Amino acid sequence: MLIRALGATSLSGLRGTGRMGVFLTKALVYALTPPFKFSRVLQQIHFIGFQSTLVIFLTGAFTGMVLSFQGFYSLTRFGSAALLGPLVALSLIRELGPVLSALMVTGRAGSAMTAEIGIMRITEQIDAIELMGLNPFRYLVVPKFLAAVLALPLLSAIFDVVGIFGGYLIGVKLLGIGVGTYFGEITAYVDMEDILGGIYKSLSFGALIAWVCCYKGYYTGFGAEGVSKATTQAVVLSSVLILVWDYFMTSLLF
Amino acid sequence: MIKVESIHKSFDGLEVLRGATLEVAKGEILALIGGSGYGKSVLLKLVAGLMRPDRGRVLIDGKAIGSLRGKELEQVRSRFGFVFQNGALFDSLTVFENVAFPLREKTKLSEQEIKSRVLSILDEVGLRATENKYPAQISGGMIRRTALARALVRSPEIMLFDEPTTGLDPIIGRTILNLIDSSHRRFGFTGIVVTHEIPKIFDIVQKVAMLHEGRILIVASPQGILSSSDPVVQQFISGSIEGPIQYH
Repeated sequence: MLIRALGATSLSGLRGTGRMGVFLTKALVYALTPPFKFSRVLQQIHFIGFQSTLVIFLTGAFTGMVLSFQGFYSLTRFGSAALLGPLVALSLIRELGPVLSALMVTGRAGSAMTAEIGIMRITEQIDAIELMGLNPFRYLVVPKFLAAVLALPLLSAIFDVVGIFGGYLIGVKLLGIGVGTYFGEITAYVDMEDILGGIYKSLSFGALIAWVCCYKGYYTGFGAEGVSKATTQAVVLSSVLILVWDYFMTSLLF
Repeated sequence: MIKVESIHKSFDGLEVLRGATLEVAKGEILALIGGSGYGKSVLLKLVAGLMRPDRGRVLIDGKAIGSLRGKELEQVRSRFGFVFQNGALFDSLTVFENVAFPLREKTKLSEQEIKSRVLSILDEVGLRATENKYPAQISGGMIRRTALARALVRSPEIMLFDEPTTGLDPIIGRTILNLIDSSHRRFGFTGIVVTHEIPKIFDIVQKVAMLHEGRILIVASPQGILSSSDPVVQQFISGSIEGPIQYH
C-alpha cells in the first residue's frame, strides 16, 4: 500500500515536471517565432514592470538603509567603515537587488498572472481563444514571459540604485561617512562583472517567474478554490525556485 | 460534414462516452439531447477538438480533428463558432471589443470595416445599446447574445451551441432560439445544439439525437423523436419521473 502510494506520488511528480518542461519549451519556441504580439508585450511590461516600480522603490530604499546600518556596525568593529559604500553596493548589485526584486514581482505580478490565466481557464475563455483558431500560448503566455524577462533586469537596476542611495542617506547623512568615501570606494570596488552577474540573475528570475506562474494558471484546478490553490502554489514555488536558482547562479558566477 | 465515429472518453476511470456515433450533414442543425451529466458537452468539445477521445474519432470533412496539431488544427478550428454555456466572454473587454476580437486577431480588415461588421451583428442580436458595457455589467441573456454575435461575426461554417438557453427566462430563451434559426437561414452553417429546450428546439432543427448511457440512442427528425416508442426517449421528452431512466 505504502509502496503503491509512493509510486503514484513519484509518477505524478514526474508527470508534472515533464509537463512543466514541455510548457517552458513551448513558451520559448513561440517567443522566438512569428507572429509576435508586440502590443500585448508592451501591455505586460506596463503591468509587470511599470506598475511594480513603487514597491521596488520602497523595498530598495529600505534594504539599502538597513544594509548601511548593519554594515556600518560590522565594519566599524574591524576599522573598515570606509568600505561601507562597496559593501552596500556589492550586496545589492550581486545578490539582494535581483533576488528581492524577483520576490516582490512574484508577489505582486506573478500571483496576478496565475489568477488571470486560471480564471480564464475555468470560465472557458482559453477554450474560446483556441476555437477562434488562435494559439493561447502566443496570446497569453508569451507576452507575459517576454515582459517578465525584459522588466526584471530594469526593476533590479532601479532597486540597486535606490538601495545605494538609501545606504548613502544612512551612511553619509546619519552616520557621518564622507560622501566621497562612500561613492569613491563604490567605483573602486564594483566592476562590470558584478553588474553583469546581477543582470544574468534578473533575466533568469524573470523567465522563472513567468514560467511557474503561467504554468500554474494554465493548468489550474476546478472552480474558485482551484484558482486560489494555484495562485498560492505559484507564489510559493516561484519564491523557493528563485532562492534555489540563485544559489546555483551564484556558484556559477562566483 | 461532421462525423463522430464510436467515440470513447473517460475521466478518472469514469467512462462518460462509450462508443457514441453521430453524423451531421452540411447545412443541417442537429439537437443533442440527453440527461444531465451524460456527456453532451464533452461530445461537443470532442467535435471542436478541445478534448481528444480515448478511442474513436471525429471527422470534419474527412479530417480526424483529434489527430491534427499546430497550424492544421488552428485552420480547422477557424471554421468553428462555439457558444459556451456561460458565454466565455473576455471579462476585461467590452461587448464591442469581445465581438471585434476574432476579426482583429484573425483577419486583415480595417478598423472601419471591423466597426461596421460588429455594429451590424450587434444590431441583429439587439445589443447595439450595450456595446460599451463589460460582461459583468450585463444580464445572462445579453451575455449569451454577445457570445452568439462573437461566434457568428466571422460567418463560421460550423456552429456549436452548448446549452445556449439554460438559466434564461422563457422569452429570452425563445429569442435566442429565434436568433439561432435566423442566423442559420442567413449563414447556412452546420450546427449542433446541446439543449434541454424540449420541445421548443424541435422548431429550429432538422435532426435530433439522444445521448443515453454514453451512446447515441436514437437519431431522428423532431417528429420521429416525438412519435418514438422507445420508453427511454418517451420518458425523457415527457419529463416523467417514472421510467427506465433513474437518477441516483
